[in-house]
Amino acid sequence: MAGMNPPAATGGSSRAANAAFKKQLNKVYAWYTGGFVVFVVLLAIAEQMGLSREGIGLTFLAATVLLYAGIGFMSRTSDASEYYVAGRRVPAIYNGMATGADWMSAASFIGMAGTLYLTGYSGLAFIMGWTGGYCLVALFLAPYLRKFGQFTIPDFLGARYEGNLPRTLGVVAAILCSFVYVVAQILGVGVITARLTGLPFEIGVFAGLAGILVCSFLGGMRAVTWTQVAQYIILIIAYMIPVVWLSVKQTGVPVPQAVYGYQLQKVTEAEKRIKDDPKEQEVIAIFKAKAAEFDAKLKDIPAALAAERTAAQAKLDAVRAASPLVPADVQAAEKALAAVPKDEASAKDAWAKAKKANEDRAKPLAGMPAHAQVFRGDPNGDDKAKEAFDIDRRNFLALVFCLMVGTAALPHILMRYYTTPSVKEARESVFWSLFFIFLLYFTAPALAVLVKFEVFTNLVGMPFDQLPAWIASWSKIDAALLSVADINKDGIFQLGEMKIGGDIIVLATPEIGGLPYVVSGMVAAGGLAAALSTADGLLLTIANALSHDVYYKMIDPNASTARRVTISKVLLLVVAVAAAAVAAQKPADILFLVSAAFSIAAAAFFPSLVLGVFWKRANKWGASAGILVGLSVTIFYMITTQPWLRSVFGVTAPVADYTWFDILPISAGLFGVPLGFATIIIVSLLTPAPSRETQELVEHVRYPDLNLGKA
Amino acid sequence: MQLSERHRQYWQKNLRLTAVLLAIWFVVTYGVGYFARDLNFTFFGWPFSFWMGAQGALVVYVAIIWYYARAMNKLDEEHGVAEEA
Repeated sequence: MAGMNPPAATGGSSRAANAAFKKQLNKVYAWYTGGFVVFVVLLAIAEQMGLSREGIGLTFLAATVLLYAGIGFMSRTSDASEYYVAGRRVPAIYNGMATGADWMSAASFIGMAGTLYLTGYSGLAFIMGWTGGYCLVALFLAPYLRKFGQFTIPDFLGARYEGNLPRTLGVVAAILCSFVYVVAQILGVGVITARLTGLPFEIGVFAGLAGILVCSFLGGMRAVTWTQVAQYIILIIAYMIPVVWLSVKQTGVPVPQAVYGYQLQKVTEAEKRIKDDPKEQEVIAIFKAKAAEFDAKLKDIPAALAAERTAAQAKLDAVRAASPLVPADVQAAEKALAAVPKDEASAKDAWAKAKKANEDRAKPLAGMPAHAQVFRGDPNGDDKAKEAFDIDRRNFLALVFCLMVGTAALPHILMRYYTTPSVKEARESVFWSLFFIFLLYFTAPALAVLVKFEVFTNLVGMPFDQLPAWIASWSKIDAALLSVADINKDGIFQLGEMKIGGDIIVLATPEIGGLPYVVSGMVAAGGLAAALSTADGLLLTIANALSHDVYYKMIDPNASTARRVTISKVLLLVVAVAAAAVAAQKPADILFLVSAAFSIAAAAFFPSLVLGVFWKRANKWGASAGILVGLSVTIFYMITTQPWLRSVFGVTAPVADYTWFDILPISAGLFGVPLGFATIIIVSLLTPAPSRETQELVEHVRYPDLNLGKA
Repeated sequence: MQLSERHRQYWQKNLRLTAVLLAIWFVVTYGVGYFARDLNFTFFGWPFSFWMGAQGALVVYVAIIWYYARAMNKLDEEHGVAEEA
């Protein structure tokens, strides 16, 4: 095992070399950060001098992607140790930053604050789950994997569990969860690129893909690591500036994390006021009436469809006969006639959807729970309220569990701890990882509350003709993200009249706070950095699993290093194009796909990795069966309970038949993880113990330096 | 390969430390999460359980990992299993 370490990792002179390397890194990244700030200031000046919005967006996109490409080009390598584990000399603090960028995806950067805005306390499951998982990484995995010191996670399974069966299962699970995850990232890249530049979505996907590839293709882990550090710096600056600005504007204090508790109190007061406002209730009544209308139509579809068609035809005839003829009216009437559902099946579909949409909006606070309310329902209320409370609490805790265990099992994160110079630095590196992640996660709930305060106290009650410009400009981009209409025709904006998608909260914050457009460009560039860095890490994981574990370890153990690296590069390209092709189809329900990756990783890897270190008796058959059972149970639960997967796999029996303990499909790992543990233990005990060499490997992994002569 | 008594002690101490830190992690996450509705007193402006979910738990997580890294690096030295480099 020791032969895998580069000679530089041991001996006194290497310590000096590592220190010098770190010093040099400090200098490079200090200059880099300064350069980025100067770049933003210059763009701000250019904006004042009349540079257009598209110009700013395009400059940001081109400059950052070129920058990443430059770093990727400078770090190009075909040395195996450099390509797979960045030469194992990444200092703890820089590995922490790189892990932070690797970890925080488009979902964290763009989606999370939006989820918090929409769901209040329930959204905190993501905050706790995606940080607390690092405790498991630190306590159970990182130091031991580093001591093991190979290249990939299936490597560990193959060595610890003696053979190609566990390794193959590991490869399959690693590819499954990483691919699902990378599709979501590329989709995010496409959306941001399209918005930043006005290019069509599909071209945005492939433009972003080029940015991803230049880094990972040329230099593997080495290039990805140094690019990720650069991306972390951009994304954290971009996230902080608008929130700090908003905080100064609302409270006069530039530390939003410390003061937003008081803003939360004001939001809670505003919620009460809005709930009691008769105008809001008027809007709700209108939506209720509309829902009832569709309900009535659904009761007798043929009659309603015939009536609708006759009415549309009559209207068209009337405008055609009018004199003078108004072409716009005719067009509108023709359009209305064409929009009438073709047959009964499509009418049923469309009306059921419309009924649901109106019902969803016919709720107080536009369907959002009170921000500080802990769980739905009421433990002291009637039976129904009690049950709602119990189910909601159970699901909250289950989601936290799955996200945490999934964090501690995602191969692209665990792989990063192979890159530090020592076990000691691997432990410290987990600390730095969580610290850098913490900076953003600590801020996201503050951002959600400050934006909510802005909307609830400044926007609600404003006359429609005075609404700020960002509302119009964002609704123009995509009505699914933001749509505002004067439902009750009183000329005043009510909360119920706005439909907002979570994904715009972060991207629109600079405009909500009244900052210049250059800050919006910077936030978009930050989101791009988050998505690109995660996609890089994921693609590398998939390509390495295929080239290192499948090709080198199973097909051709005599392959030269140069050949392995070349194969890895080719595979990277293939996987990237495949992922982009899938992403360009816009597969449904991305948030679900991302959380599915966590449950899959949790069920497949966590039990086998942890028991591999902590229980010597765990053997090949136990681990293989455990991975299989964990994975199958998790996937089975998702397929039978998640609406989109149900339709894909044609599951027709009612959901209730498959649901266990009312747990939502997003937390399917809740069943897979304990079953995986149980299976490994039972099957291992029923089959022979692992060989002596394997048990010695476990001892070897447990001690940073097991020098038996010394102790 | 025969482990010395000192090695065994090292591993036992590691397991104990891991268990204690894991217990803290569990209480902060699931203990507070389970009783979140009852812990709703005001804490510097926040309802306490909201603050725990948004900030308190995160601070504890960071502290757990920091302490573990420090304690284990020290334990390595004491038991002669620290790396040379």
